[in-house]
Amino acid sequence: MSFEALKRDSDKRWLDLTTGTKPWIRVSSVMCCGTSLESEEIVSVIANYIEKNKMLINIDTVGCHGICYAGPIIDILYKGQPRIFWGNVTKDNVVKILDSYIKKGEVLTDNLLGSLGERSIDGIKKIDDLPGINLQNRIALRNSGNIAFNDIFQYIANGGFEGLHKAVTKMSSDEVISEVKNSGLRGRGGAAFPTGLKWSFMSNSKGVKYILCNCEEGDPGAYNDKGILESDPYTLIEGMAIAGYATKSTNGYVFIRHGHDGPIERTKEAINQAYENGLLGKNIFGSDFSFDIEVSLTGDSYVAGEETALMESIEGKSARPRSRPPFPAAYGVWGKPSTINNVKSLAYVSEIIRNGSEWFKSIGTESSSGTAIVCLSGDILNPGMYEVEMGISIKDVVEKIGGGIPNGRKLKMLQTGGPLGGVLGPDSLKVKIDFDEMAKAGAILGSGGIIIVDDRTCAVDLTKSLVAFCQYESCGKCFPCRLGMTHLLEIVEKISKGKGNLNDLDLMNKIGKNMQAGSLCGHGQLGYNPISSALKHFQSDFESCMDGNCPTGSCNERQIVFPENTRPSSWQTIKEN
Amino acid sequence: MSALKNINNEYILDILENQDHTTVTILSSLLSVQDGIGFLPKNAIKVVADFVNVTTNDVWGVASYYLNFRFDPPGKHTIEICWGPSCHVNGASKLQSSVLEKFKLKNQGDTSDGKFTLKFNTCLGACPQAPMISINHKLSGKMNSLKLLKMLDKLK
Repeated sequence: MSFEALKRDSDKRWLDLTTGTKPWIRVSSVMCCGTSLESEEIVSVIANYIEKNKMLINIDTVGCHGICYAGPIIDILYKGQPRIFWGNVTKDNVVKILDSYIKKGEVLTDNLLGSLGERSIDGIKKIDDLPGINLQNRIALRNSGNIAFNDIFQYIANGGFEGLHKAVTKMSSDEVISEVKNSGLRGRGGAAFPTGLKWSFMSNSKGVKYILCNCEEGDPGAYNDKGILESDPYTLIEGMAIAGYATKSTNGYVFIRHGHDGPIERTKEAINQAYENGLLGKNIFGSDFSFDIEVSLTGDSYVAGEETALMESIEGKSARPRSRPPFPAAYGVWGKPSTINNVKSLAYVSEIIRNGSEWFKSIGTESSSGTAIVCLSGDILNPGMYEVEMGISIKDVVEKIGGGIPNGRKLKMLQTGGPLGGVLGPDSLKVKIDFDEMAKAGAILGSGGIIIVDDRTCAVDLTKSLVAFCQYESCGKCFPCRLGMTHLLEIVEKISKGKGNLNDLDLMNKIGKNMQAGSLCGHGQLGYNPISSALKHFQSDFESCMDGNCPTGSCNERQIVFPENTRPSSWQTIKEN
Repeated sequence: MSALKNINNEYILDILENQDHTTVTILSSLLSVQDGIGFLPKNAIKVVADFVNVTTNDVWGVASYYLNFRFDPPGKHTIEICWGPSCHVNGASKLQSSVLEKFKLKNQGDTSDGKFTLKFNTCLGACPQAPMISINHKLSGKMNSLKLLKMLDKLK
């Protein structure tokens, strides 16, 4: 089928769904809110309800609305009325909601979130007024919560694959690269490297070349990559195919951690549907461009998210970084030229090609165009995944979107960009969400995770949990990192137990410098960051703890039991065997 | 339980030949075996090595690197408690100590009756609902000790 015919068919299906006589129920279900709060059960309760009442109803499972605090969410579109949303739905109250709305036309006000649509209904507020909705500008998440994660026609009806079609049929590879360069898109995985420039480094050699999409996402506090894959895997597939066309690549790997079943299953299904409709595979849109995508799974290893360790893992080996050069663009996975992009970076690409780079550049700030997908967690009233324009202040994100700190507590620390990103104090609230502005303030935006910590936590306590994470996840290849992290953890633990002294601070600094100089990848190079940044803002906490007076008492209250096994794992069992 | 330690080679080979991975590697093969059997039996190392055409040393290297692999049968139920920073500030250590006490364990591991395996996870990937736990790979959030101990009591 030609793309035009596919598009016509998709539009017709969408029109039936949105304006037909049947009610359309959408249940939001993703790993971070849905599954954990039983929304799969809600779907089956609704299915039973439909069958019992012999009703003609369309029901779809959709992705994330971003407002995790309200999950699970269902909404109904019926009889030309605006979409009406209910939050914190359970398997016990869902039938009541359906009964009153579909049978009697009454909107149940318990758990009501609001309505979405141009018209409003008397007495029902608009969902746009909810915290976290009105300040968002959703580009990468544009379809999230609106389309079924498993229906490619709904994606196509909403402009899907138009970017790929335009690239393949109307643009040359170089034109696609310059369009992405001009858009100012920078990598959303952590390093913020310009995406178009990265693509242009790809070797011109003929033969097999790879686009690798990194969804390892081991950073505690970040869940936006998995959120995209669960909500709208098609946007990633389209972005990868465009990247493939631009770099003249032949194959793509989506790299996900084993055990994250939601993202894995949904991505696999989306890939299959793309093949069925000729949007992947041989001679896409009748051109000579062919591209294949498969899912590659890794085991439990944080360092597997590092670009060269990722390639080792795809090859089935231990995820330990390689030394560079050679760089991946010349010698990557299986020794072939490879380009590695984060899920979020690729999720923007189709819209950039479809709407043009000037459109994307007009959003955000001069040095960081577009949006950032921030994940709020920790001591925050409205935790969630929010897509905001670059340039918004951290204060607005925490207070206006996140709703501030609950229970009248005070903000003490912010932890951004993953455990290696470091700890910030309340004075950082004025900093803008922007790659360069944040770097100037000594922080990284990284993967977009922001953990908010209130005044019940001692800086030593938080640092201990970050250092423990980094120690546990060191791959062990470079000894400055392997031994250094262990030594740092010992010292921080000693301080938290009231036994440290000021000499320890010098010692930690020395170890940190050695790690930075002697480690192959960012894990060791930045491994001292949690401590140095905490010391910069909260040295007094460290000094009080050394005297045995933890300022908040949390060092004593929260005794983390660190897992004993390190790499190589289960050593004892192996010996016994 | 110990009877499970020897799974015959044909059974393992069958798993390897039918694995749900497009690119077959040491890692994909080990993941398939563990998914199919619940752990890596000792003889699986040799079977995987022959299947992928590498040495047993290569396979041991990968099997001992990724922390999700285990070499003896797990308990009937696997309980994971996340101790990442978001969960930590929301009280993960209390969950750890109450489950450790209930299971009479000092650290992660298996209960002596083989009923439970306790694991501490660095991030279960659902931070907005911290503190997170998972029971048999099903996530539950906003957890507290009382709720968790009740959930454990319900497991047969």
